[in-house]
Amino acid sequence: MIAETELKLHGLSTEEYQRITEILGRDPNNVELGMYGAMWSEHCSYKNSKRVLKRFPTTGKRVIQGPGENAGIVDIGDNLVAVLKIESHNHPSAVEPFQGAATGVGGIIRDIFAMGARPLALLDSLRFGELDEPRVKYLFSGVVSGISHYGNCVGIPTVGGEVYFDSCYRDNPLVNVMCVGVANKKDIKLAKAVGVGNSVMLVGSSTGRDGIHGASFASEELSEDSESKRPSVQVGDPFMEKLLIEACLEASKKDFVLGVQDLGAAGLTSACCEAAARAGTGMDIDISLVPQREEDMSPYEIMLSESQERMLLIVKRGYEEEVSKIFAKWDLHAVKIGTVTNDGMITVRKEGVKVAQVPAKSLTEGVPEVKRESSQPSYLKKTAVSVNTGINENPEKIFLKLLGSPNLSSKRWVFEQYDHRVGTNTVVKPGSDAAVIRIKGTSKGIALTTDCNSLYCYLDPLEGGKQAVAEAARNIVVTGAEPIAITDCLNFGNPEDPEIFYQVEQCVEGISQAAEFLGIPVVSGNVSFYNESPQRTIFPTPVIGMIGLLENINERCETGFKDNGDIVVLLGEVQGSTEASEYLRYIHDVKAGKPPKINLLQEKKIQQLCLRAVREGVVKSAHDVSLGGLAVALAECCVIGKKGFKGNINCKNLDAALFGESPSRIVVSVSPKNMETLKLLAEQMQIRITVIGTVCESRMTLAFNSSVVIDLPLDEVIDVYENSLERRISAQ
Amino acid sequence: MKVKVEVFFKEGVLDPQGKTVKNALQHLGYDEVDDVRVGKVFTLSLKTSDREAARKRVAQMCEKLLSNPVVETYSIDTVEETR
Amino acid sequence: MKCGVVTFPGSNCDQDCYHVLKSVMGQSTDMIFHKDTFFDDDFDLIVLPGGFSYGDYLRPGAIARFSPVMKSVKKAAKIGKLVLGICNGFQILVEANLLPGALLKNIDLKFHCHDVYIKVMNNDSPFTALYEKGEVVKMNIAHADGNYYADNETLDELEQNSQIVFCYCDERGEINENSNPNGSVKNIAGICNVEGNILGLMPHPERCSEEILGSADGKRIFESIITYFERRYACDSRN
Repeated sequence: MIAETELKLHGLSTEEYQRITEILGRDPNNVELGMYGAMWSEHCSYKNSKRVLKRFPTTGKRVIQGPGENAGIVDIGDNLVAVLKIESHNHPSAVEPFQGAATGVGGIIRDIFAMGARPLALLDSLRFGELDEPRVKYLFSGVVSGISHYGNCVGIPTVGGEVYFDSCYRDNPLVNVMCVGVANKKDIKLAKAVGVGNSVMLVGSSTGRDGIHGASFASEELSEDSESKRPSVQVGDPFMEKLLIEACLEASKKDFVLGVQDLGAAGLTSACCEAAARAGTGMDIDISLVPQREEDMSPYEIMLSESQERMLLIVKRGYEEEVSKIFAKWDLHAVKIGTVTNDGMITVRKEGVKVAQVPAKSLTEGVPEVKRESSQPSYLKKTAVSVNTGINENPEKIFLKLLGSPNLSSKRWVFEQYDHRVGTNTVVKPGSDAAVIRIKGTSKGIALTTDCNSLYCYLDPLEGGKQAVAEAARNIVVTGAEPIAITDCLNFGNPEDPEIFYQVEQCVEGISQAAEFLGIPVVSGNVSFYNESPQRTIFPTPVIGMIGLLENINERCETGFKDNGDIVVLLGEVQGSTEASEYLRYIHDVKAGKPPKINLLQEKKIQQLCLRAVREGVVKSAHDVSLGGLAVALAECCVIGKKGFKGNINCKNLDAALFGESPSRIVVSVSPKNMETLKLLAEQMQIRITVIGTVCESRMTLAFNSSVVIDLPLDEVIDVYENSLERRISAQ
Repeated sequence: MKVKVEVFFKEGVLDPQGKTVKNALQHLGYDEVDDVRVGKVFTLSLKTSDREAARKRVAQMCEKLLSNPVVETYSIDTVEETR
Repeated sequence: MKCGVVTFPGSNCDQDCYHVLKSVMGQSTDMIFHKDTFFDDDFDLIVLPGGFSYGDYLRPGAIARFSPVMKSVKKAAKIGKLVLGICNGFQILVEANLLPGALLKNIDLKFHCHDVYIKVMNNDSPFTALYEKGEVVKMNIAHADGNYYADNETLDELEQNSQIVFCYCDERGEINENSNPNGSVKNIAGICNVEGNILGLMPHPERCSEEILGSADGKRIFESIITYFERRYACDSRN
């Protein structure tokens, strides 16, 4: 029997070790132990979350590939498919923000082109502590530079995402990256090691000692000595990745390339066993054939290295030279490291001598599932109180404070460091509800967004889960696109804590209910646990990445107001709630209350109304009302459209009217001649709509029960919204 | 033989990285920092033991690739004999 | 007219340029791989596109200038073919000494991707003939190393020879510090050689050639080039 300390080094429990000896019928050697340790980590095996994740609705008429592959695939018509996936790189980014974020971008891109799709867009969902702390600034600017460095160089536009600040993310920032690609249906490659006797080829970068134990590192809580774990952070080479994309996409078009798998967490181990397990085959590889960057690397190190920019190809026997030629064009090497076998085993050799042999399926599926306890968090008793603060300051001042706050102000400082235009497909740029990219050669467009109100998820995990989906869908719908698929990134604390596990279960339940009701399948995703430090745990943050389809991109709609005299109409209820709102969190420093409940039927109807109104050209602009409430939403329409607004809200409470939040609300602007049509549509669908004002030239004026509460020059509103974040960053 | 090449901006060419680092150091309380220049260092391992010949070849490399003579200057140091 | 777009390893706007020339402008266009060479007369216009050739390692453009294809580009330029370097292409042109000066890191050390206004300083060129002199146009920039530098002597020459083609300005055409996104001397955004047949610019005209992308102001560069060759070939056939 092996010492517990050594098991811990591999991240394995005694029970798991027991299982390994049962599987093998003997004690594992060190290499095998390393392979199991990495593959059975939460990061690779989802052993804590598997059972819960089964709840997601994953089928639908467009779904070609659901969860389980490198990425999900949905049919978008005309023999085209969209490929999408989101992934976290939280822990690496916490210790080395630049490389952590950069390699996060690199990893997710490989998941997309592994399937034969050209990556067309990236989105980043980022969360940090409060910006007044120097360390948070360091992490924030490091992450943004890392994304910029990698994404820009590799030539894939970063078109959207979100940035959110709250003290709960102080020690454990979240870096979730989503990538979307498009392929011809016939060019799709699955990561399967098919055909006994076929060759296994390794392409791209050489293998070094970087990132060994990355998977198990991502499955631990961050602690004081995480900083000293820096060696397990990999360094990315976006130039290499760019060459790899071109070479792999060229190779993918060939019939003799049968499968493509990227090397991510747990490196060669994971790539080999996943590709073999999916096909029900085995693999016999010799690690002495692996091109190495460092001398004297052991089999253990080679099998577990997480060196970036590497891919595994399954190539029809006899075509190895052809593949090498394609890669040589791009100055890359492609070497045969083994063959596909029929014994279901991953056999690892060094210079022909066997150094490890384990059943492929036991690595991917053999982990003893962990049944976690779940209990309602005790904090909910304290937070579920009705908070009534009232408005204690000049509403205009509060409005400007909110508009310039880190969470609500424009993220221009961030997205202008990303090349969001490369590819000449970006039709709706970052800073809108959802970005829209066109698909050249068709009339189609794809809308993309990521969303999650993590404060809602903290205060009511079920409701928060539902609303993350609903808000993402609303953001897609306002562009005129129909939501078609979800990729999710579930970020939580330590699942061994029953209260955390409760959050997981409830959020997943909420996401599933909303996704089912709105008919949007979950096709891929990622789970990141242990996002906590001894001091604090993050809010439950199940980020929803969503794409929508525009059949005719010319029927799209944007956020900004267009023309003077257009009527501004609110679809949905006027009255918001300040409970659990950003207003309460930022202005009153209270993170409490019950998030407003969503009525999914109402939500669906509002979305249908909006979609119809956009597609039939009835409305000129549409914008989701979310964080910051109606006043902030109106300001955004003004700033983005460079137009003023004059209007009035009739309502009970001033702060709830201006800054209160409530789901299922959309602000649209409509030319007077189309007002009747909009009314008719709304009546047909039994949706309440309210005229709240008109678009005008250069002032934003908002009255509450007919008395003016906000009256500002447009230039000032623009300046506060556009420049506050930059000022905050530059302030030393 | 090992050769070390340093490449810096010419006097008079603004070095924004240097300026940023200087500001950061001063911000950390190192008020005595008057100027910072950021440059690049290359260490080349050459298959030769002829010091002078090596210098000449490396100077060519600098002119051709390692530096941009429009804005940069370089200096060459032969560091150590290998083996 | 025949166009060629060069792909260096790490180019990432090559397909965008190809798309505009081929699909938007309807010109016969080929991709040229950096390891290839071509004959002087193969292409009328050669585009060195944006991107990060060789990862921008060492210095942007420093390694690409040694690609085999650059020999052909130089020869074609010598006989009066047009060479257009956009962003990284501009960086390659200055590294290759086909254009004077250097492109340094942006003064704030950050990558900038946004629209800028640029003023047409010289419309007496095959690339800009369809613009008005002094016209203000909107184009996208996306670079981290676009800070144009030249010593005073070179700057004087540039001005004397009207080689400054575009300058960053504000919406009203004012050329000042506030409208300078990267620290370029004299707000220079694009220059040409003395002969006028090589243009390098940091803004991306290929991203601004279709209304759906927010601006079509860049299209006139390509239209100017087409007009230039139409006239040239009309002359040739008359002679």
